[in-house]
Amino acid sequence: MFESDLKPVTLNQQALNDLAVGCAFLGSGGGGDPHYALLELSILIEKKGPDFHIDLIPASKLSDKDLVAPCGWLGAPTVSLEKLPSGTEALAGLEMLEEIMGREVNAVFPVEIGGSNGLAPLILAVKTGLPVVDCDGMGRAFPESQMVIFNVHGVSASPAVLTDAKGNSFVIGAVDNITEERVARAAAVSLGGICHLFEYVQSGKQVKDHAIHGTLSIAVEIGRSIREAKEKGADPFEALLDVMRSFPHYGAAGILFDGKIMDVKRETKQGFSVGHLLIEDFAGKNQMEIEFQNENLIARVGDKIYATVPDIISVMDRETAHTITTEQIKYGQRVKVVGVSAPSVLRTPEALEIMGPKAFGMSDRYRSIEALNGWKGSNDAQ
Amino acid sequence: MRLGIDVGGTNTDAVLLEGKTVLSWAKSPTTADVTDGIIEVIEAVLKNANVDRSALECVMIGTTHFTNALVERRGLLEVGIIRLGSPASEALPPMSGWPSDLRTHMGETVFLLPGGYEYDGSELTPFNEEKVRRAVKKIRDAGLRTAAVSCTFGLINPAMEAKTVAIFKEEAPDIAVTVSASFGRSGFLERENATIMNASLVDMAGHVITSFKRALDKLGIVAPFYISQNDGTLISASYAARYPVLTFGSGPTNSMRGGAFLTGLKDALVMDIGGTTTDIGALTHGFPRESSVAVDIGGVRTNFRMPDILAIGLGGGTRIHLEPDAYDKDSLAVDSFTVGPDSVGYRLNSDSYLFGGTVLTASDIAVAGGLASFGDASLLPKMNPVVVKGLLRQFQKMMEDGLDRMKTAQGKVPVILVGGGSVLVGENLMGASTVIRPEHASVANAVGAAIAQVGGEAESIVSYDTVPREEAMRSLQETAVKKVVHAGADPKTISIIDVDEVFLSYMPGNTAQLRVKAVGDLALGKNVGKNA
Repeated sequence: MFESDLKPVTLNQQALNDLAVGCAFLGSGGGGDPHYALLELSILIEKKGPDFHIDLIPASKLSDKDLVAPCGWLGAPTVSLEKLPSGTEALAGLEMLEEIMGREVNAVFPVEIGGSNGLAPLILAVKTGLPVVDCDGMGRAFPESQMVIFNVHGVSASPAVLTDAKGNSFVIGAVDNITEERVARAAAVSLGGICHLFEYVQSGKQVKDHAIHGTLSIAVEIGRSIREAKEKGADPFEALLDVMRSFPHYGAAGILFDGKIMDVKRETKQGFSVGHLLIEDFAGKNQMEIEFQNENLIARVGDKIYATVPDIISVMDRETAHTITTEQIKYGQRVKVVGVSAPSVLRTPEALEIMGPKAFGMSDRYRSIEALNGWKGSNDAQ
Repeated sequence: MRLGIDVGGTNTDAVLLEGKTVLSWAKSPTTADVTDGIIEVIEAVLKNANVDRSALECVMIGTTHFTNALVERRGLLEVGIIRLGSPASEALPPMSGWPSDLRTHMGETVFLLPGGYEYDGSELTPFNEEKVRRAVKKIRDAGLRTAAVSCTFGLINPAMEAKTVAIFKEEAPDIAVTVSASFGRSGFLERENATIMNASLVDMAGHVITSFKRALDKLGIVAPFYISQNDGTLISASYAARYPVLTFGSGPTNSMRGGAFLTGLKDALVMDIGGTTTDIGALTHGFPRESSVAVDIGGVRTNFRMPDILAIGLGGGTRIHLEPDAYDKDSLAVDSFTVGPDSVGYRLNSDSYLFGGTVLTASDIAVAGGLASFGDASLLPKMNPVVVKGLLRQFQKMMEDGLDRMKTAQGKVPVILVGGGSVLVGENLMGASTVIRPEHASVANAVGAAIAQVGGEAESIVSYDTVPREEAMRSLQETAVKKVVHAGADPKTISIIDVDEVFLSYMPGNTAQLRVKAVGDLALGKNVGKNA
């Protein structure tokens, strides 16, 4: 799965179903449940006939001067469960972006692979015929838009274009990327808590230099491994852990906890879904507490920390290995908590400033999930 | 003394229960008008136990009638569908993701209208009375008798749905309207799905519940009667008539709880083998394990609290696709046959070889292999024992794969077999520590109905600025428990099964709507009080 062996990938309906499963897992609880996005995509594809498929192109196929637009939805997943898209948001945003840039956009890709955002550019691609690049900017999902590798590497988020279901739009030209997030968030809150966003518009060269490559096809493989394990009657968790350990970006993976959801506190605040959940093991002895801001940020049992951002913490149904996103967690669900090491580009000191525990106001110093749990190291550790 | 009745697609079963003892049981074919079948089984159980009807304290009825109607696309009414929330949500119109034949049944009278709320309670777009009135008139003029109204964020403010109902009352008072606020869980599409399905079934539900009541009236039974719902608790008959979708999961729930009751096991897998499918569910601590993901009913995604069930396409009526010239060969090639997934269903008693038909079914093979004896074995085609053994092995393998998929851990678990088709399973199931066919296994569903639990819900809007969250939770849980006790539950058996919290961002301060549901077993020998 290295850059050199990336080939175009063709996605049929089965692969899209697998992709949705993989995106949900990589979302670390956030990015929204991909179900509605998958449904929207399936409806569009059905109209195109049985032979229709979507092609992913590797970043290496981009020309240096191409104009490439990362996109996705910004807001609170709790809102996206209830306020569904009109279907006009991304198209309207694309038109505005092309007008501002004075040229056509050549390709799109998900600003974050995690959750339903991993599917967002595919919906746009089916409607417009634009190619989708097999990469993203996070290798997971993060709640804030400056928590992206492009920001760590100094790419500008502006001009950003934000659109909502009713036809409202904002063009944001911010002097720095934190300001862009603040303005976009405030706009999203005032427009009802969920908006479509184009940001970090960049050249083909920048995509090659900075993006996290191959994450869309990785997500497809994650989904496929879980599905095939279930078809064979094998343990889907074993299959998931095996496949996560095999990817160059990831590597360390394991089960952090197993138990029943005892409490969920979740509210929609300042455009995020924030809260915590408590999971009690079946012996009734220990409780794991997970705090979330759209994404699961930190997992603790008592004082002992098991994982923190940017490492991935996903809560899954303990029987089916279905990822339960934070807005779908309910009292009484029986779950396993799965942890995976984040891509190493998110673990550099510069990246941790932007997306580590400190960025979320936590006093805990970042320690890697493999160090906290005594696992074998990640594959691309530097 | 309690009477549990299960009105299934094929049979109507009844059991008479005193404390923990099954006094008598009976089975009779489900009749087109369910009244006759119910009267027949009730008369039989009373006669078998030599008990007078006046001794009955309450009657609980579980029915798969509405689920079957949806799955088989039978007797569904066309629905006038109104969604308030445009232009948002238009990318996913009503019935998105539904099987197309079911969409056809619901018709095409769909209106996407302005309205709905934002998460903070402000209006998404203003309610347009004129447009709603026009839609209502069109629904009326199309001759529809039922309608479904759903509104974006209708859970935090039901006003627009209520306004729409008021317009129906003015323009078309005879149309039955279901509103999405009745199905209080967020997840717009799933809530709307439930609303539409409910609207489609509500007319039938009225008739069916009336038939139940008529059967009891004809027999002079005055004991209160209840219907069991998805999560194994009881609802009043009038409530079930208004909200038939709440009974969708009651079939598997009753068979699993019945299996637990008949064996005394708290942790086991239950296999309910019927005519068309085998439903496998897991009991943990005596309760059916709940599904944590949305459940598909008849191909439609819902978000009810439902047991986690794996349905595999193997039951007594399952068709065996094998060329007749291969029946008597001395080997059975792996690729020469398939088992199901189609089934002759209730036509088993006419279409299968055992009953003079010409369709090879799983039941024919079970009898040919000596696992069961019913029908007329002399009518079976000549089959080589090797072929029969091979097919039985395949049944066994399908069951074992299903068990393995539902197991929560490595190692062996006890397996409880219930339902009429349990003869399909041999003695040894791989992965099972023991295979138990309890006495009365074939009426486990009716037993489950008879021991249905009582539930109590408590709900309140709390400002956490004045009452700490933990305290609010605790006091609400106490209220719910009190309600369950009041409804006749044994205090020792009560547990909290659901806690739901919705923050009301449009209210001042830190305000949430809290809902708690507690359930408990009916105290034995006690009458049922008011069901909360």
